[in-house]
Amino acid sequence: MDKEIKREIIMEHYSHPKNRLRKDNPDYLKVNTNNASCIDNLDIYLKIKNNLIEDIVFDGEACAISIASTSIAITNLIGKTVDEALKYIENFNSMVNEKEYDKNILNEAIVFDDIYKQSNRQNCALLPYKGIKKALLDYLNK
Amino acid sequence: MNREDFPMFNQDIVYLDNGATTFKPNVVIDKIKDYYENYSANAHRGDYDISYKVDLEYEDAREKVVNFINAKEKEEVIFTGGTTDSLNMIVNGFFAPIMEPLDEVILTTTEHASNILPWFRLANTKGIKIKYIPLDDNYHVTIDNLKKVITPNTKVISLAYVTNVIGDIRPIKEITKFAHENNIFVVVDGAQSVPHLKTDVQDLDIDFLAFSAHKMLGPTGVGVLYGKRELMEEIEPINMGGGMNESFDNEKEIILKDLPARLEAGTPNIAGVIGFGAAIDYLNKIGMDKIQERELQLRNYLIEKLVKIPHIDLINLEADSGIVSFNVEGIFSQDVAYYLNKYNICVRAGNHCAKLVKNATGVTNSIRVSLYFYNTENEIDSLVELLKDKEKIMAEMI
Repeated sequence: MDKEIKREIIMEHYSHPKNRLRKDNPDYLKVNTNNASCIDNLDIYLKIKNNLIEDIVFDGEACAISIASTSIAITNLIGKTVDEALKYIENFNSMVNEKEYDKNILNEAIVFDDIYKQSNRQNCALLPYKGIKKALLDYLNK
Repeated sequence: MNREDFPMFNQDIVYLDNGATTFKPNVVIDKIKDYYENYSANAHRGDYDISYKVDLEYEDAREKVVNFINAKEKEEVIFTGGTTDSLNMIVNGFFAPIMEPLDEVILTTTEHASNILPWFRLANTKGIKIKYIPLDDNYHVTIDNLKKVITPNTKVISLAYVTNVIGDIRPIKEITKFAHENNIFVVVDGAQSVPHLKTDVQDLDIDFLAFSAHKMLGPTGVGVLYGKRELMEEIEPINMGGGMNESFDNEKEIILKDLPARLEAGTPNIAGVIGFGAAIDYLNKIGMDKIQERELQLRNYLIEKLVKIPHIDLINLEADSGIVSFNVEGIFSQDVAYYLNKYNICVRAGNHCAKLVKNATGVTNSIRVSLYFYNTENEIDSLVELLKDKEKIMAEMI
C-alpha cells in the first residue's frame, strides 16, 4: 500500500475514531490496556454473546498510532466470533513482530505492516489487541 | 558551554531531557574506568593497598558531598541507590517508627511519585493522614497556603525544592523556619534542585534531603541521603547485613557500626560513588551560581519564543528553573515527542511520574523540556522551529 494512503487511513481513524465512548453497561466486559513505557492508557469495552462479538467501544488517552489502531481493530473485530477474533489478533501480532502472516484477512490494519521499522511504536499499534485478547481469553475461561 | 567535555555530544543529538538524567563528562567516565582498571577491590577491607585506596576514594567522595551541600560532618551523608531509595529510607526508617495514627504529613500534588507513594504506604499501614498544600494560580507553594493546612497533628512536611513538571523553586528557608517553630520536620526532595542551584543545608535548615547523582553529571544508581546528625542517629536501618555491623553473637547481641556505615549495608556502588565525586568536582569548577544563571538565561530564551507560537499551551510560564512544560494544542504529547525524535530532539512526554499534577493543573500529560547548562540557544532554535509548524507536526508525527 502506498505510504501516503496509509498515512491518510491512520489519520482518518485517529481524527474520527470508531466507537470512542465510555460504556458503563453490565452487558459489556471492560478491560484496561496500557503501555508501561509511555502514557497510552485505554479502557476497552466488549459485548460478547454466544461467542459472537456484538460490539466494542473504547475510551481513554493514547497517541495517534494507538488510537488509530484501536479504531481499526474495532471496525474489523465487531461481528467476528471469539475464535475468529483471536486468529485475527495473532495474525496482526505476527505482522507487527515481523513474522509470517496472512495479508488477506487484516483489511485496513495492513497500514501497520511497516510499523516494525519504528520499534518504539510497535507497542502503540499492538495496544488495543493486547487488551482485547485478554478480554477474549477471560471470556473463554469464564 | 563545556560541550566538548561530553562524549554524548559527538552524536547529532539535541538532548532536552535533563530532568530525567544528564550526560556524563569525560572526567566522570574516566574516574569510573580508573577504578575498574586500576583498583577494583571492595571497600572497608584495608588489608591490602588497592582496597585501602578504595576506602580513601570512597570517603573522599563523601567529603565532597558534605562540602557541596554544606553539611556539618560526614555522619550526615549516606550514599544510597538514588533519590527514591533515600526518600524510602527516610519515610520507613525515621518516620514510620515515630508516627502515630492520625499524625499528618503535608505534601503537594506536584510531587514526584517517590515523594508520594512511600507516604501513601504509611497512610495504609499506620493510618497517618496525607494533606496537600493548596497551590496558587502558578501552581506554586506559598507560606500562607502552607499555614492553612497545618494542624497540631502535623508531624512532617515533605516536598521538592524544585518540582519536576512545574519547575517552581519552593521557599524552603521560610518553610523550615515556620515548620521548626511548630515542631514539624521538613523533608526535601532535591532531585531537581541540587543539580541546578546552590544547596546549603545549614542555611536552609533542612532536616532531611534526598538527591541523585545521575541528574548532576554523575553515574546512575547513586544517591544521597542527608540528615541532621541527631536525626540520622535515629534512623533505623532498613537493610541489615555486611559492612554495617560491629559484631553479633546471637539475635540478642547485635552491635551496629556508627554512622555513616550503619546505614550503608552491603557492598556499595563503589564505582558510582567515586564517579559521583568527580562529577561534583566538575560542577564546582564551573560554579553552581553560574550554572543556575545560564539555565535561567536558556529558559527565558525558550519561553520568549514559545509564547509567540499560538498553538503552544505553556503550563509553567512562571518558574525560575530550566523546566518548561507545554502542549501543542490538539496533539497528544507523546505524538509530539515522537515527531521531535525524528529530528534527533529528545524531550519527555507524559505525566513525568507526577500523577497528581493533573489535580492541580487539569492537564493529564505534557511535553517537558528540561535544560542544563550545556544546552545552547541553537538547540532551542531547532526545537522552536519544529514546533512552529503545526501542519508539519500533524503530517510527520506518525
